[in-house]
Amino acid sequence: MRCPAAKGYGMIKLRDLTKYYQTGVLKTFVLRNIDLDVEEGEFLTIMGPSGAGKSTLLHILGMLDTASSGEYYFYDQEVHRLTERRLSDLHKNCIGFVFQSYHLIDDLTVYENLETPLLYKKVKGAERKAKICDMLDRFQIVGKKDLFPNQLSGGQQQKVAIARAVIMSPKLILADEPTGNMNTREGKEIMDMFRDLNNNGTTIIQVTHSEVNASYGKRTIHLLDGWIQK
Amino acid sequence: MIIKTKGLKKLFTTEEVETTALDNVDLEIEAGDYVAIMGPSGCGKSTLLNILGMIDNPTAGDYWFLGKEVSKLSERQRANFRKSNIGFVFQSFNLIDELTVYENVELPLLYLGVAPSERKRRVHEVLEHMQLMPRKNHFPQQLSGGQQQRVAVARAVIAKPKLILADEPTGNLDSTHGEEVMNLLGELHNAGTTIVMVTHSPTFAEYSGRVIHLFDGQIVGENFNKGKNA
Repeated sequence: MRCPAAKGYGMIKLRDLTKYYQTGVLKTFVLRNIDLDVEEGEFLTIMGPSGAGKSTLLHILGMLDTASSGEYYFYDQEVHRLTERRLSDLHKNCIGFVFQSYHLIDDLTVYENLETPLLYKKVKGAERKAKICDMLDRFQIVGKKDLFPNQLSGGQQQKVAIARAVIMSPKLILADEPTGNMNTREGKEIMDMFRDLNNNGTTIIQVTHSEVNASYGKRTIHLLDGWIQK
Repeated sequence: MIIKTKGLKKLFTTEEVETTALDNVDLEIEAGDYVAIMGPSGCGKSTLLNILGMIDNPTAGDYWFLGKEVSKLSERQRANFRKSNIGFVFQSFNLIDELTVYENVELPLLYLGVAPSERKRRVHEVLEHMQLMPRKNHFPQQLSGGQQQRVAVARAVIAKPKLILADEPTGNLDSTHGEEVMNLLGELHNAGTTIVMVTHSPTFAEYSGRVIHLFDGQIVGENFNKGKNA
């Protein structure tokens, strides 16, 4: 199943999106009345202080979490109305997620970490092998394929994480502080990779504290206390 | 004997410096033991656990797991050996964010080639036991830390491993959730699983039958507990 990217629609539309956590009678708002439009091919940066709601917004965009109210349209899909199964399908076929702490599985090799999303999309053996070898080559980590995450540097682990995020050619990549846990040189390598992916048509939305990383994007929005700053 | 090491040594070499992470470690663990490994940060605890779990290789020394010397096994044999016999529980849960609770727990069975109907039966059995059925279609992001760690434990036990390696399993949890996870591990131990756990917490170390103290990569002491029954 491919990503059902309908023509004639913008990629992402958020309307009056709100997220709160409720304990007893107390509501803690994390996102308030968010309106956002993102077109295919954009490279958008979300910035803001800690606790502003950036990661929450990214997780909702990535369909790994749901809003408390408001609307989220992904092309012509009304995400806010979809069943968990349908959300899971959409997510798996359209979106790749890259986290600050890589989120690799420590007891799987590099090869197996790359293979996991393919197993779940029921890709057949020969095609899996071809896709994985292609990724290992593109990201120059062929020699590392049988190593475990604990045997790699931070930058190498993040390369594996990005390779895993892009292996099914998602239309959208969401990156949450992707260079937070590595040195400057490795960080630049990672951001250059994102730029290449964007130049080749992948839409990218990144959360970052870094002005340098933000400069790779074409548009920046600022969040503060859950609101988008105008 | 389930685990035996002799003269185990691990060196990390960078351009500038050589670090001895493990120095001449001799260890014997019987099937059904519950061992805690303690020591200050950087003393080699996680390195030792990774080598026992075959997700890292020693620089020198021998390691027999279930009577087989593991360095003599091929990569493929080691992988099968590991996947069939060892379950891992990590401090940072190590769940796959874009997979549901159900899919995270199912993953090891996919690698072992278990048939779909059998997979479903076993996943439901474990989820029922861990009281996670109401959450089976949720994503890790939507669960509390304690729930995520329960999912991680469910994933670690689903292949009915003989050995569980737990690296600071309660490190990212508050004391109530930490106790919950420790009780789960205790139950597994009572049912016959061997447990080797790295912990900073003297309280949780008391759940074990034997505490090994590491310092600067060497075993410097050992004491025996009554152990707490789950």
